[in-house]
Amino acid sequence: MPDLLQTVGFSPIRKEGAAKVLGQAKYVDDLSFPGMWFGATVRSSIARGRIVSITFDPAIPWDEFVIVTAADIPGQNTIVHLTHDHRCLASDRVNHPDEPILLLAHPDRAVLPAAVAGVHITYKELPGVFTIEESEAPNAPAIWSPAPADHQHSTQKNTFKTYLMESGDTSNLDHIFATADYIVEGEYRTGAQEQLYIENNGVIAEYSATDGVTVHGSLQCPYYLVHALELVFNLPEEKCRVIQTETGGAFGGKEDFPSVIGSHAALLAMKSGHPVKICYDRAEDMAGTTKRHPSRSRHRTAVSKDGKILAGEIDFALDGGAYATLTPVVLSRGTIHAPGPYHWPALRVRAKAMATNLPPHGAFRGFGAPQSIFATERHMNKIAKVVGLSPEELRRRNLLGIGDHTATGQLITDTVNMQHLLTRALDESSYHAKRAEFARTNPSSPIKRGMGFATFFHGAGFTGSGERRLNSLVHIELTPEGRPQILVSATEFGQGTNTILCQVAAETLHLPYEDVLIAQPDTSHVPNSGPTVASRTAMIVGKLVERASQSLRNTLSPYLPSTSETSTTPYTPAEFRSAALAYLAEHGTLVASARYEAPGDILWDDESYRGAAYPAYAWAVYVAEVAVDTTTYSATCTDFYALQEVGKVLHPVLAKGQIEGGVAQGIGYALYEKCVWQKGHMANNQMTNYIMPTSADLPPIRVAFEEIPSVHGPFGAKGIGELPMDGPAPAILNAIEDATGIAFTEIPLLPEDIFERMTSTPESGSEDLEPTNAGPYFSETTA
Amino acid sequence: MRSNPSHYELTTPATLEAVLDILASDLGPYTPIAGGTELMVALGAGRLATRKLVSINHLQELRFIATTPETLTLGSGTTFTDLRKDPVIATDFSLLSQAASWTGSIANQNRGTLGGNIVNASPAADSLPALLAYEAELTLVSARATRTIPYAGFHLGYKKTILRPDELLHSITLKRDFREYAHYARKVGTRNAQAISKVAIAALARLKDGLIQDIRIGAASLRDRPIRLTATERVLQNQPITRETIAAARAALTSETQPIDDIRSTAKYRAAVAANLLEEFLHQLKP
Repeated sequence: MPDLLQTVGFSPIRKEGAAKVLGQAKYVDDLSFPGMWFGATVRSSIARGRIVSITFDPAIPWDEFVIVTAADIPGQNTIVHLTHDHRCLASDRVNHPDEPILLLAHPDRAVLPAAVAGVHITYKELPGVFTIEESEAPNAPAIWSPAPADHQHSTQKNTFKTYLMESGDTSNLDHIFATADYIVEGEYRTGAQEQLYIENNGVIAEYSATDGVTVHGSLQCPYYLVHALELVFNLPEEKCRVIQTETGGAFGGKEDFPSVIGSHAALLAMKSGHPVKICYDRAEDMAGTTKRHPSRSRHRTAVSKDGKILAGEIDFALDGGAYATLTPVVLSRGTIHAPGPYHWPALRVRAKAMATNLPPHGAFRGFGAPQSIFATERHMNKIAKVVGLSPEELRRRNLLGIGDHTATGQLITDTVNMQHLLTRALDESSYHAKRAEFARTNPSSPIKRGMGFATFFHGAGFTGSGERRLNSLVHIELTPEGRPQILVSATEFGQGTNTILCQVAAETLHLPYEDVLIAQPDTSHVPNSGPTVASRTAMIVGKLVERASQSLRNTLSPYLPSTSETSTTPYTPAEFRSAALAYLAEHGTLVASARYEAPGDILWDDESYRGAAYPAYAWAVYVAEVAVDTTTYSATCTDFYALQEVGKVLHPVLAKGQIEGGVAQGIGYALYEKCVWQKGHMANNQMTNYIMPTSADLPPIRVAFEEIPSVHGPFGAKGIGELPMDGPAPAILNAIEDATGIAFTEIPLLPEDIFERMTSTPESGSEDLEPTNAGPYFSETTA
Repeated sequence: MRSNPSHYELTTPATLEAVLDILASDLGPYTPIAGGTELMVALGAGRLATRKLVSINHLQELRFIATTPETLTLGSGTTFTDLRKDPVIATDFSLLSQAASWTGSIANQNRGTLGGNIVNASPAADSLPALLAYEAELTLVSARATRTIPYAGFHLGYKKTILRPDELLHSITLKRDFREYAHYARKVGTRNAQAISKVAIAALARLKDGLIQDIRIGAASLRDRPIRLTATERVLQNQPITRETIAAARAALTSETQPIDDIRSTAKYRAAVAANLLEEFLHQLKP
């Protein structure tokens, strides 16, 4: 029987769960402040051009409105991310459709749509670019140029950022390719994807001349918005306060974007003298906010005839949209994950992020990794086919193991065994048995079934030296009642932050889970424990909560009964409370803290792009079963099995939910969700026509964990949030190739795409056999 | 909400008679609103042009299912949930209960009405191909007259119908003649639920001595309105189901449809899948 105080590894009820299911939780649009007005945004109708005139429809009583333009910004007209290129409001020119130009506020929400339509803007239109190819073309118009201050990222026209990542004997690449048995080439593409959080972006802002700016909002990273407000308002940090309200989903879509809508509402609040609420509707949110970066990957791989990878060249390109936002770090994560969990004796990855006249792309669960992993896992199947090995055997001959080094030179010290994970996943998903069955049933059936899998890893925490720079801080305070309360800027948006951090504190403090509190993130009260992104909350913030809890316990130890070190219950909850109250009576308050300390062996060099890219990795094998209906050309994922090693699982129900949700989102990414761009404007900006899979489209998702405790996280936990986004798309397209013999290389893969390939030419079954792709070496060695 | 609700007028007369009086008056034009599953979407998106609405959602006179040994009559206020639950529809008109199950979400099915679906006249509407295949008759009422017309002549063009501004669709009548027929209904939507069709087919056929004695094929999303594929039916009439027959039927289908490229699919895809669905039905008919 478990210890009654044991909570880690069990599944206590969510901290905010009861309020959510009872309808008591207040989301931002549920809140109303005295005298509150409503804000709306006037946006550009073209992709690129100069603003010639702005006129106001005389039928509208404009004196009732407050109108904000770029001229009203007291500080810099900049939304600060990594660069300073992103304007808060366009003034003279626009660089993408739906770019904010003017802001309106009015006491009556209902009159705003007509007022937005009553602002008439004329433009001198300039040619736009809408794809990576158009942007990188030598004769492309210069739609974006790096400011001198940003030359660390890029000095080239239309290029936000470039990376060169080299590993092993790259000076010898030409020779390796010249003498290899096979050279396998492939090009792979992924599309934009909408985060589709249930609650749209929304904020309420207040302004006072004495206290500065306060923004309440649905957001992931309160301190990102604080820093954005500092610049826009030219105010010190202590006069920019951000309070996270209950947040209905985020997926990265509320990482960088709240800096935009938060600044806008605050500008209207300052000018109107009223609190101002801006909540986008779905159509505005989809058209105007960030999406996942579209990508193009080009692989060229030298392989021996026994299926060993000898060398590789990978060109990885992202479409960043009109402004850089977080693109350099998205590109970084994508670049580092491009080699996958494989051993590359020599590897060169060239990565770049290009500007286009689309709304800026931004953070989305996976953050570049789903893009590059899609390409690599499709390419591994192509290599297998060329060499004549099964996808399984090709991977077995190249997977990383303990003691190997990743492509950035990081020694694998996790006691992970990918060979075992692969064996277990294929066994538990009946991969081989089903393939044999489908080989028998497919020829006589209009429905072609197939199996596919992907092997991958995902780094937890900020990339490279990011965690050192974040320098995160966590507090635990005692409330006047003697209860511990966690103070962090880590936010709850459905994924379980509140719950797992309270579990960690409760277990460390030997208290019941119910006794631990967590404060609403309010930057006037909570320290900066970093953004809630990058699969870092459980591992990094959780570890800090564990350390702060230990510190709190140590401080209280003179007041606690002395028991032997080995006792599992050193004190009762009542004894803890007595000790806490005794301490408070004597000292007034108690705040225990812990600040991030980089482990000595986690070193990264930004210059050479080498070192320990992440403190720890989660490892996974995902297996998909698909059915392709030759009557309707539609592919359906009919079964899904997800096995991962994520360290200690803190909360099994939440962890399983994270994986199931990520797989569902990955299935949408692969087979359903397509952004239809018309001159940079998202034409299908509604849920009727942006097709997210429903429960009727999703298969059973079977989730399995291996738990090998990691030294980096609390109780051995690693990161889990982004991992499940990486595997589904390549596993599904590998399965579709198994089912149909057609090697699709691009997602989203819609029925119309399958139709085009199935009905184009009879011999177009497999592009692997086209010599232009495989190169002359291929045809010689197989002759 | 992109509309200003204060710009709209909603009136709720107590009886059908009072509704017809308002429709006939010169205060209008009024647009009847039943379940609102179409009009409320337009209102939310700020594109509901009509400013005067008359509610018929509460009129029990329009919400009924009446059966005789020969006919089934559905009040225009019959919801999709009503259609799915009715035992006679399940046995005699399974194309209609299937189509009702395709429509929107459960919440949509609880509010949306068959009459609303017909007068909204979307070329992609889920239930209309089945009504065409069953050769439904419509009863239209107004303050001054009642008329009964074949449904086949109701649609005039894209979202254009013969309904006059003062008229209301009262009921839909089907003959219970189809027990001997093979039924086929398949919708190809953008996903398995809450989807608008890319193509849908609802068809009935009866074979005798290996020949197609009678066949009726209704289709959605293949022209500017819901259609019967009459040319295809003629090609199939009195034919055995052979490879040649199927090829001729596919060609006839292509000749009488005009699918379009839009945000949901392509004309080429729609044409090919429609022909594939027809072929699937014909294969299922084979003795």
